[in-house]
Amino acid sequence: MAKAFFIDTTLCTACRGCQVACKQWHDLPAEITTNRGTFQNPADLTFSTYKLVRMTEEVIDKKLTWLFFPDQCRHCIEAPCLETAENSDAIYRDEDTGAILYTIKTKELDAESIISSCPYNIPRKAEDGTISKCDMCNDRVHNGLKPACVATCPTGTMNFGEREEMLALGEKRLAEVKEKFPNASLLDTDEVNVIYLVTHDSRLYHEYAMAPQSRKSGISRKVALRKMMKPFASLMRV
Amino acid sequence: MTNHWIDLKNSDCILIMGSNAAENHPISFKYVTQAMQNGAKLISVDPRFTRTSARADFYTALRSGTDIAFLGGMINYILKNNLYNKEYTAAYTNAPFIVGKSYGFKDGLFSGYTKGKPEAGPSLGGYDKSQWAFEMDENKVPMMDRSLENERCVFQLLKKHYSRYTPDMVSKITGTSEADLINVYKTFAETGAKGKAGTIMYAMGWTQHTVGTQIIRTMAIVQLLLGNMGIAGGGVNALRGESNVQGSTDHCLLWHIWPGYLKTPSASKDSLSVYNASATPKSYDSLSANWWQNYPKYSVSLLKSFFGEQATQANDFGYNWLPKVDDGKAYSWFDLFDKMFDEKIKGFFAWGQNPACSGSNAGKIRKALEKLEWMVNVNLFDNETGSFWQGPGVDPTKVKTEVFMLPASVSVEKEGSITNSGRWMQWRYQGPKPMGDSRPDGDIILELGHKIKELYHKDGVLAEPILNLKWDYDTNGAYDPHKVAKEINGYFLKDITIKDKLYKKGTLVPSFAFLQADGSTSSGNWLYCNSYTEKGNMSARRSDKDAVNNIGLYPEFAWCWPVNRRIIYNRASVDPKGQPWDKDQWVIKFEGEQKDGKWVSNKWTGDVPDGGWYPLENPDGSKREDSKYPFIMRKHGHGQIFGPGRADGPFPEHYEPLECPVEKNFLNPQRVNPTAVVYSSSEDSHATCDPRFPFVGTTYRVSEHWQTGLMTRPQPWLMELQPQMFVEMSEELAKLKGIKNGERVKVTSARASVECTAVVTKRFKPFNIGGNLVHQVGVPWHFGWRWPSTGAEESANLLTPPAGDPNTRIPETKAFMVNVIKL
Ligand code: SF4
Ligand code: SF4
Repeated sequence: MAKAFFIDTTLCTACRGCQVACKQWHDLPAEITTNRGTFQNPADLTFSTYKLVRMTEEVIDKKLTWLFFPDQCRHCIEAPCLETAENSDAIYRDEDTGAILYTIKTKELDAESIISSCPYNIPRKAEDGTISKCDMCNDRVHNGLKPACVATCPTGTMNFGEREEMLALGEKRLAEVKEKFPNASLLDTDEVNVIYLVTHDSRLYHEYAMAPQSRKSGISRKVALRKMMKPFASLMRV
Repeated sequence: MTNHWIDLKNSDCILIMGSNAAENHPISFKYVTQAMQNGAKLISVDPRFTRTSARADFYTALRSGTDIAFLGGMINYILKNNLYNKEYTAAYTNAPFIVGKSYGFKDGLFSGYTKGKPEAGPSLGGYDKSQWAFEMDENKVPMMDRSLENERCVFQLLKKHYSRYTPDMVSKITGTSEADLINVYKTFAETGAKGKAGTIMYAMGWTQHTVGTQIIRTMAIVQLLLGNMGIAGGGVNALRGESNVQGSTDHCLLWHIWPGYLKTPSASKDSLSVYNASATPKSYDSLSANWWQNYPKYSVSLLKSFFGEQATQANDFGYNWLPKVDDGKAYSWFDLFDKMFDEKIKGFFAWGQNPACSGSNAGKIRKALEKLEWMVNVNLFDNETGSFWQGPGVDPTKVKTEVFMLPASVSVEKEGSITNSGRWMQWRYQGPKPMGDSRPDGDIILELGHKIKELYHKDGVLAEPILNLKWDYDTNGAYDPHKVAKEINGYFLKDITIKDKLYKKGTLVPSFAFLQADGSTSSGNWLYCNSYTEKGNMSARRSDKDAVNNIGLYPEFAWCWPVNRRIIYNRASVDPKGQPWDKDQWVIKFEGEQKDGKWVSNKWTGDVPDGGWYPLENPDGSKREDSKYPFIMRKHGHGQIFGPGRADGPFPEHYEPLECPVEKNFLNPQRVNPTAVVYSSSEDSHATCDPRFPFVGTTYRVSEHWQTGLMTRPQPWLMELQPQMFVEMSEELAKLKGIKNGERVKVTSARASVECTAVVTKRFKPFNIGGNLVHQVGVPWHFGWRWPSTGAEESANLLTPPAGDPNTRIPETKAFMVNVIKL
């Protein structure tokens, strides 16, 4: 059974412990940044930033809100990036955990098509063409630990466990917060293993918080074709 | 904290004001979140919308430095609408006490004021506090009217004092809309109902003002009126700025206290008996425990701990070997650097601190360091203090100060304890061994002591105090944290029989109730007596079993002062018959047996009760003579709504910050606290209502950095998140000044100017102050020129003023005046 995250943005304080814990566990270098007139930094995900807490100030119903969105790979159930790659040496699924994993061989892929295949705009490319993103701390998970971001989160925003368990937790929290926020929703539950709970229109948090309709239905012809061929393809691989 | 971190989860309404807990105490939000999931309301009041505000049910802004007006308005609202807990207020607070006729309040001054005659050290003036005394009956017990109707009882005086704090008046001062004020007042005042709990989480946003102490007093009054002291999910909770600030304060970090909040002796207290007599309060009320009556037991045990066998009855236990402060003089942080600047102080240990960035008006501090003969910097890394001689604008060839750097090891490299904000002493073990030549602070100070003793042994002047110091905290030549922890707890120094039980010489004292004033016990800090006993190191306990009341006390996890009591003043959480106001989340409960309407056996359950006496009343309502009032640390046993011990008045009154944007105080003719501490050397300047500095400024912290940034600025992952000094301002102010978001600007005050990146945000809004538009900006104080290596990110404390609170002499870094200039 796949593992899943439940990310309850209603509890997030943007302390960014998750963002730093991710860098620490993966031993990723820091970006050289400047203050761009906002607390959000770096500006976007990069080859060495897999997790980014996005921060947006919005006046909603005359009330100032500061929306926090700890962004990361969704470990899609049918991952467009994996399907676009068609190269299990470069991008593969760990069947035990459901993690979508990128290897050094991603260098051999067409980075642009992989990146544009992702409905959540997650993967990022190094100068040499290698692509990277969140790996679910797959090594930790195999050793009975939670991902670093989840272990470090003080508020209960980041949760991790069996998919069923996370779905149930998500539904429970959704019902609870609906009282205060009637527009609250869980994002793309059926498509992803990283389930976000948000209280406002997802686009206010981040353009790609939810898969855009266009990207959902309009997956590239190549992928669509291959999806149709899937039973064959897997037969042929045997 | 009167309560503790986990207890936040028991609250029904959490007010976060004067702190930004989500950002600066992130883990506290684990418990705030739990409370909210159980239905608690979270209110955030802050000049700026913060990450705490983002999570709050309700947010409103106030202008920095106007918290007393805001909270005074809450007192007025509670009294006007009869929302206070009458039973609690009448029985447990000093609301019924009759105040003497000499007390008065007129034109912003309490009776007994003399301008320019401070209690201690430089300040604008001082009071003769004897004018605020209570009226006593023929037995020298305060006169009381439990009906609260006597026109000179504290309750009526309180009502009168705060009747001036109308929503209209408060709004004019604070800039908060009347509707928002009422909303906060109403929501918080709902916790006055029995069974409801409201709590306050505050930090330096409240303390660092010329009226800091009185802001907290105002909230304490609110909490007493609402019956929120002593109960689960209530209390007055200071979020300390470092993991062990509570511990260092308990062990006398500050100049005016000795370990365990004993008093530093002054020169006029020329013998132990004079000193003890002056520090030991006397109560003639048999129902008042007046706990400080035990003072001599604690002071003598402390002296025995300092001087061991050398301390004897005949030599006043070595009292005369201890240095005394001069009467009427202050020795606070401000005063030390003032004297250093005056070349009166020649040598300086900067131990675990970075005054060149952390002290208010840091420019003066940097200049003062240049006047030293020597300085020893004990720290993890070099910092702006250690390197002051090569700082901006300093010519190293002109600096005569000899600087030594002693590398200290980091907390995880050594064994010992820390005491958190919730008063929990927690033992920690050594992780990695110290790196390189670095050594634990304990090792450094122990060896220093040995060397100083050697020198004094050779040819010391007035050598006795040093030579007689018991200095035996090593085992096999190394500092032994267990020896120190045991010394702090204290020993029996001879065989003693107490209540038919023999306690052997050399064994550890079980708790402070056993300490003696005759030299037969020692204790390095009476408050910690019970932390390390013959049963072992209590602070090393790690049981996750909760107490019977299941409210998250975890009594066998670590240890908590005093005597492992997790919620202090908890005897106010029960009614006079000993039964909890809140039946579900109760703290303690009396479960003695009764016969014919009287208690006949004594049994409390739950937390360690604040004194195990019988309840004040029997089940049939008759009073008991063998009970005590719940506020046992107060001379008269009652929570102090009227506080006649404070330097600036028995009731908090709103005064403007030393530097403020208004010509006059709307409430009274005194603009500034008439007892404020203000310094006036050539490096101390201030400017109020000065067109050159039209905007209110404040300082704060961010999640991503720590204190002056010594441990975080060299850490690339954190610098990635918050790389530069910045100033936050409203869109309106940015427009006014033609400043674009992300642009570099200069923030200037009467003292200095600092370059910052402009963060233009909806989270700051201009205030309407008495019809005028007032802008406010804010700067973090984590930066310094030493790192990042550009040297362009400087300390916000170059801007902050040379003024402070008369009770604590804490600086007013949270409200001052600045300008913002486009570069
Ligand atoms: S650690 Fe948790 S609370 Fe902090 S930013 Fe990440 S998700 Fe939010
Ligand atoms: S979110 Fe994007 S990168 Fe992650 S698995 Fe889905 S398609 Fe791939």
